[in-house]
Amino acid sequence: MNGAEEILRVEGLGKTFPGVVALDGVDFDLRAGEVHVLLGENGAGKSTLIKMLSGAYQPDAGRILLDGSPVHIRTAAEARRLGIATIYQEFNLVPQLTVAENLALGRPPRRFGFVDTRRMHDQARELLDRVGIDVDPRARVAELGIARMQMVEIAKALALDARVLIMDEPTAVLTTGEVERLFTMVRQLRDRGVAIVFITHHLEEIARLGDRVTVLRDGRSVREVPATTPQDELVRLMVGRPIDQQYPRAAGDPGAPLLKVSGLTRAGAFAGVSFEIRAGEVVGLAGLVGAGRTEVARAVFGADPYDSGEVLMDGRPLPRTNVRAAMEAGLGLVPEDRKGQGLVLGADVAENLGLVTLSRSGRGGFVDRAGRRKEAGEVAGRLGVRMSNLGQEVRTLSGGNQQKIVIGKWLLADARVLILDEPTRGIDVGAKVEIYQLINSLTASGHAVLMISSDLPEILGMSDRVLVMARGRLVGELDAAQATQDAVMALAVTEVEETRVH
Amino acid sequence: MSTNVLTRRPAVRSLLAENGALGALIVLAVALSLLSPDFLTVTNLLNVGVQAAVTAILAFGATFVIITAGIDLSVGAVAALSAIVLAWTATEAGLPWPVATVVALVVGLACGLVNAALIAYGKLPPFIATLAMLGVARGLALVVSQGSPITMPDAVSHLGDTIGGYLPVPVLVMALMGIIAAVILNRTYPGRAMYAIGGNEEAARLSGIAVNRQKLVTYALSGVFAAVAGIVLASRLASAQPQAASGYELDAIAAVVIGGASLSGGKGRAFGTLVGALILAVLRNGLNLLSVSSFWQQVVIGVVIALAVLLDTLRRRGAN
Repeated sequence: MNGAEEILRVEGLGKTFPGVVALDGVDFDLRAGEVHVLLGENGAGKSTLIKMLSGAYQPDAGRILLDGSPVHIRTAAEARRLGIATIYQEFNLVPQLTVAENLALGRPPRRFGFVDTRRMHDQARELLDRVGIDVDPRARVAELGIARMQMVEIAKALALDARVLIMDEPTAVLTTGEVERLFTMVRQLRDRGVAIVFITHHLEEIARLGDRVTVLRDGRSVREVPATTPQDELVRLMVGRPIDQQYPRAAGDPGAPLLKVSGLTRAGAFAGVSFEIRAGEVVGLAGLVGAGRTEVARAVFGADPYDSGEVLMDGRPLPRTNVRAAMEAGLGLVPEDRKGQGLVLGADVAENLGLVTLSRSGRGGFVDRAGRRKEAGEVAGRLGVRMSNLGQEVRTLSGGNQQKIVIGKWLLADARVLILDEPTRGIDVGAKVEIYQLINSLTASGHAVLMISSDLPEILGMSDRVLVMARGRLVGELDAAQATQDAVMALAVTEVEETRVH
Repeated sequence: MSTNVLTRRPAVRSLLAENGALGALIVLAVALSLLSPDFLTVTNLLNVGVQAAVTAILAFGATFVIITAGIDLSVGAVAALSAIVLAWTATEAGLPWPVATVVALVVGLACGLVNAALIAYGKLPPFIATLAMLGVARGLALVVSQGSPITMPDAVSHLGDTIGGYLPVPVLVMALMGIIAAVILNRTYPGRAMYAIGGNEEAARLSGIAVNRQKLVTYALSGVFAAVAGIVLASRLASAQPQAASGYELDAIAAVVIGGASLSGGKGRAFGTLVGALILAVLRNGLNLLSVSSFWQQVVIGVVIALAVLLDTLRRRGAN
C-alpha cells in the first residue's frame, strides 16, 4: 500500500453540538486502492466523521483535504460531485420504483423529453454488471432482499464515479454468504483504485478485508494500525482498557419451565416448532436470516398470528395475537428493528422506559407521572444509560444506549421470559458486554432469556442451549458443550440444501 | 464573525421552537393594539374569545387525533349534526333539554366511534374514513332539519350568554374543554398512549398498548368535543343550522398545527392548540378592525398557516 496516491486527508477535525463534543481532533488519511477501517465504540465519533465527509455536517475545527487541497463539503450534492459516495445503514432507495429507476433517479436518460426506458435499463444492466450482481433492472426495489438492496445502493454510488466509497456497517444486516459476496465486490473495487472507508463492529472482518485501521475513541483518533493487528489489541485501543471476557456468561442450574411452545405452525413461515424455556436459562436461537426465527418469536409474543399449535406460560395457554395477554403473563420482546419497532424515537427516555408499564402506573385513573419518572430514573441508572437527562429524546442516543432503553422497559415490567431478537446488532463491544452482563443478572434472578442472533460467536458464547432453525423448522438442539460453530452451521444449512433439491 | 453567527443561530431557533406560537400571538396582539385603538379593550378581547371558542373546542378534539398521526375531517359536520339533533329532540320530539343534550353528545360520540371502527378495524386511511363521515353527518343534519334552522331550547341557549353581563359562557366552556384535553393528554393512560401510537405505532403495539382500542377512544373524544362545539355554536346563534360550522374542520386542523403539533404524529399540546385557535381569532378580529376586506382576510390566513408549518419544519431541522 505504501506509496499509493493519497486522496483524502483529515486534519484535527472537531465538531461540537450543544452540550456534546462529538469530535475533538481527528486525523485520518485515505489512499487510492485501500480499504481503511474506522473502528470505535458507538459514540466514538465515527458517524460524525463520515457525516462531515458526506456533507451532512460542517466541521467547527480542522480541515478536510482532497487531493492535497482543502475543500469545504457543504451539501451531500457537493460530496457527490467531489467523488465521495456514502452508503448508510438506512438505504436511500425508493422501494416502490424499479432498480433501473432508482439507479437513474434524478437524471433519467431522455428522448424527445420523455424518459427513454430502454436506454435506462441498458445503463442499469451495465452498472449492475460492474458490481457483479444478477438483478433484473425492472424488479421493484421493495421485492429485493436487504443484501441485494445494498448491492443496488453500491451500484448507484458507482454510477456517480465515486473515488471514495464510505460504507457504514454494511455487514450488520447480511448473512454469512452475503458478507462473502460483499467482500469480493469490495476487493474488486479496491483493486480498481477506489478508496474505501469501511466501518464495522465485527473485528474478525478487519483482517480479512482491511489494509489499515484508524481507531477512534471519545471523539479523537487514538492510533492508526495495520489491519493485521490482533483483535485483543484492537479492543484495547477501542475501549481504552482491556476487556477480560467478551462473553461473560455465568450459567446456573435451570429451574422450572416457564415458557412452553408446542407445534407452532404458520403456513409459509414456520411449522411444528416446539421448545421449552426454563427459569435461569439463556436459550440461543440460531439459523440463517430468513429461517423463520423472528417470525416464531413474534408469533409467540402475540405480535403476529399462527395457524396451529400452542404457547404456554407457567402451564397456562396464551391467547393468539394478544400482546397484552403475553405481556401480562410475563413475556417480553425486544424486537430486531430497534428504531422501527422498539422505540418512540421522538419521545424522551422516561416516556420510552415507561411504555410497557404505562397501563399499570395508574392512580385513580390518572397516570402517576412522578412515580413513572422515578422508576425510569432507577432503571436507567441500573442499565448505565449514558444520557444528559431523562428528558432527552431517544433519537439522539447512540445505538447501544437505545437498546438498553428497549430492554429497560421490559425490566420495569419485570418480564420473566425476555425474547431478545438480535440484541447487539450495530452495538459496540463495550455496550455488548454490558448487555451480556445484564442477561446474566436477569437469569441469576430466575428470569429466562430466548436470544435470537445471527452473530454465531455471541450465540455460542452466551447460550446454555442452542436451538437451530432452518426453513421454518426447528432442526436441532445443542447444549453448550456440543455447540460449536461447525455444528450449528451444519444444522442451519443442511435442511436448506435438501429443500432445494426437491 | 462566522463563529458568532454559528453560536447565535441555535439560540434564535430554540426560542422559535419552544415559544413559536405563543410568541407569534404576542407579536400579533402588540401590533394590533398599536394599529387599532379598539383592539385592546375588554369588550373586544372577550369578543375574540367568543370567536375562538368554537374553533378551539373542535381543535382540542382534533389534537387527540393528530397526535396519533390521524386526521379528522368530520368535526365540523358532526358539530352541526349534534346541534341539530339537540334542537330537534328538544323542540320537535319534545324531550326535556338535559335529555336532548345527552342525546346530542351521544351522536357526536357515535360518529367518532364509527370513524374509529373504519380506521382501526376496516384499515381505512383516516382521511377517507372521516371524509365519508363529513358527508354522512352533514347530510343527516340536513335530513333531520329538513334543511331549515331549528330554534334551540332556551335553557341551552344560555350557553351563548354572558355571566354577570360580561363574561361570555363560550369562553368558559372553551377553558373547561381545554383543561379536560390537557389532563387527558398529560395525565391519563389513553393520552400517553396517543403520543406513543403517533410516535411509533408498531413500538406501541409491541409494548402492549391496545392500539385499536386506543384509536376508538381518540376518535370518540374528537366526536364528543365536536358535539360540544356544535352546541356552543348553536347556542350563540340561538338556533341550530344544518350548514353551520362548514369548513371549520380545516380551521381546527390549522389551529392544532399552528399550535405546534406535527401531522406526522407524536407531538402536540392542548395549550399550543389554544394558542393556535387564538391566533386565528385575533387575526380575523384584527383584520376586521382594520377594515380589511373578507376576501383579503382569507389570503392572510392562508399565509399564516403556511408560515406556521414552515416554523414547524424549521424547528425540526433545528433539533436535527
